[in-house]
Amino acid sequence: MQSQTIERHTLSLLVDNEPGVLARVIGLFSGRGYNIESLTVAEVNPAEHISRIIVVTSGTPMIIEQIKAQLDRLVPVHSVNDLTAEGPFVARELAMVKVVGKGETRVEALRIADVFRARPVDSTIESFVFEITGSGEKVDAFIDLMRPLGMTDVARTGSLAIARGR
Amino acid sequence: MTEERMNGAALIIRALQDQGVDTIFGYPGGAVLPIYDEIFKQNQLRHILARQEGGAVHSAEGYARSTGKVGVVLVTSGPGATNAVTGLTDALMDSIPIVCFTGQVPTHLIGNDAFQEADTTGITRPCTKHNYLIKSPDDVARVVHEAFQVATSGRPGPVVIDVPKDVQFGEGTYVPPTSVRHRSYNPQTEPSPGKVDEALSMLAAAKKPIFYVGGGVINAGPAASETLTKLVHATGYPCTQTLMGLGAFPGSDPLSLGMLGMHGMYEANLAMHQSDLIVCVGARFDDRVTGRLDAFAPNAKKIHIDIDPSSINKNVRVDLAIIGDCGIVLDQLLDGWKAKKLKADGAALADWWKSINTWRERKCLNYIQGKDIIKPQYALQRLQAHLDKDPREAFITTEVGQHQMWAAQYLKFEKPNRWMTSGGLGTMGYGLPAAIGVQIAHPDALVVDVSGEASFLMNMQEMSCAAQYKVPIKVFILNNEWMGMVRQWQELLHGGRYAESYTASLPDFVKLAECFGWTGLRATTPGELDDVIAKMIATDGPVIADICIAKDENCFPMIPSGAAHCDMLLGPSDENQSSVSSDGMVLV
Repeated sequence: MQSQTIERHTLSLLVDNEPGVLARVIGLFSGRGYNIESLTVAEVNPAEHISRIIVVTSGTPMIIEQIKAQLDRLVPVHSVNDLTAEGPFVARELAMVKVVGKGETRVEALRIADVFRARPVDSTIESFVFEITGSGEKVDAFIDLMRPLGMTDVARTGSLAIARGR
Repeated sequence: MTEERMNGAALIIRALQDQGVDTIFGYPGGAVLPIYDEIFKQNQLRHILARQEGGAVHSAEGYARSTGKVGVVLVTSGPGATNAVTGLTDALMDSIPIVCFTGQVPTHLIGNDAFQEADTTGITRPCTKHNYLIKSPDDVARVVHEAFQVATSGRPGPVVIDVPKDVQFGEGTYVPPTSVRHRSYNPQTEPSPGKVDEALSMLAAAKKPIFYVGGGVINAGPAASETLTKLVHATGYPCTQTLMGLGAFPGSDPLSLGMLGMHGMYEANLAMHQSDLIVCVGARFDDRVTGRLDAFAPNAKKIHIDIDPSSINKNVRVDLAIIGDCGIVLDQLLDGWKAKKLKADGAALADWWKSINTWRERKCLNYIQGKDIIKPQYALQRLQAHLDKDPREAFITTEVGQHQMWAAQYLKFEKPNRWMTSGGLGTMGYGLPAAIGVQIAHPDALVVDVSGEASFLMNMQEMSCAAQYKVPIKVFILNNEWMGMVRQWQELLHGGRYAESYTASLPDFVKLAECFGWTGLRATTPGELDDVIAKMIATDGPVIADICIAKDENCFPMIPSGAAHCDMLLGPSDENQSSVSSDGMVLV
């Protein structure tokens, strides 16, 4: 019997960077009832107009297999790689966190940012914007710590991932 | 060679001519006038004027399915495009190659809520295999050629090309089909090495095997059906067909078990259930076929041959998947079977056929025809008898409902591409326009739309189209005044509370026929039936034969929803035992 456990997979797609391609990918997930946990898109080969889409999804092994087959069937999709299934990979997220405050909380925010190797990329007398990169868990932990220290805003990417080794 | 420059509309027509297109089904409007102007100026492409865009797409589907060629549609922007959506979805579900041009407001007005503007590529994205919005006349020829490649290769399907009006007027350069190749889309047609050998050893080792074949075999071309027939004969194994696969294997062949599934043959479903090997060729383990999934063919190993990898392991996990064109895989299987001198296990096969024959003995299609009222089953058997006597090649289309299932059960399908029905989407109103498309492609054939009175009303405006082009289609209405399948489900599942399933105020179909310039005939008793069918077939022009049938007849055999495929109701006497589970109630 096929496993019914829900697995999380990171998929890496190469697609033609043409109008509507993202809508096709997202529409496939919503139309067929699949989950998107995060999504990151950018052009990686401007000369040939090719973009990479990293999508983190979850489902039973049978659903994951369906998602990959359905994605691969889309006409502008060049390739679908299941990083989770294919071997070790590196995944990172980036967040920018705005913290507003004065006095001791402000110093504490700076101190914790240092521990997390988050960099202030903007500062005023009353605020910082920290840039933090790392695993999703690390970013989550940083944000949790910043919240009581006057955090007012967060902007964060989905997961970026690439296979390890050659 | 000098560059050929012309406007976008002319580029479309030129590209279609180079693709070998001879017929376009369409309906004009403001946003496609330049294309219609180009159609006017030439004689190579024939345009068939539908009466509603939905009809145009279904006609193109009938044309495509009966010829194996691409059906081409041309409609205007906004409502023209939205009306086409049902037909496009139908073509997607049943894997029919369609290229549909939609007009669009000029590029600079897109997004402005302009008159007759709709987000056509947005609306049709989930109901097409692929779609395009052309932004420059220089892209026109490439996109048209690419669209034909996408529509026909791999698993076929509909492609929409949205053409803004300024692109139709603007000048661009023509490129021939040979210079166009899609850069990422290239589906696998040849099976991976070793897979066919693995399938052959499973085939030779099987004790209770069955071939389960679907529309993919028909899409692979008539040669694939011939190879399939040879392979089935070489093995001596039984072969059952899906609704879409009728005709892929000769229905009168002793090795054919007929259609399987919800209203399939008792012997076909029982054989599937008890088999130890299912060879699925170009079918997709659809919910109409499998019944309750956890009880589906529990002891069978499964081989799945399909060109679409996403069909594999979608509903049912299979033991061996062979991705490839059914025709190519079947050729390799047949060659391998012969070359390795494989033989079926004779004793096991004899036992297997003995079981199958006991199921056949149940004669699941039996019915009782009285003296006064025409039974639909009888009407179809008489229709088949008359078709058999006629020298012309017969093509059947259907609408959707009880009459469709009865047609699938009681008519005979010997060859591929002769049976056009809306299988996946189940579109009422499909059959009449589809019949027009079939008849346009095969002017000398005998084309019959087996219809129900409710379905017929859904696209009856196309009667005007049939009259205009003098396409002599025969509409055989099994008229029971009810939306029969809805009524049947209300009887079986909803305590006989027949909410809104009776059609009051039906037209007089004989008069309706006459007012469109058709011939109208009617049979109300079994005694009148043969004369009416004979007259229908002999009449030189479109005909409605209004066959007034038993009003309360149900379609059997039937797997109740949510039941296992071995758990069939064979007739009215079984109805009382039917207890549909609450899980089954929610299924359609």
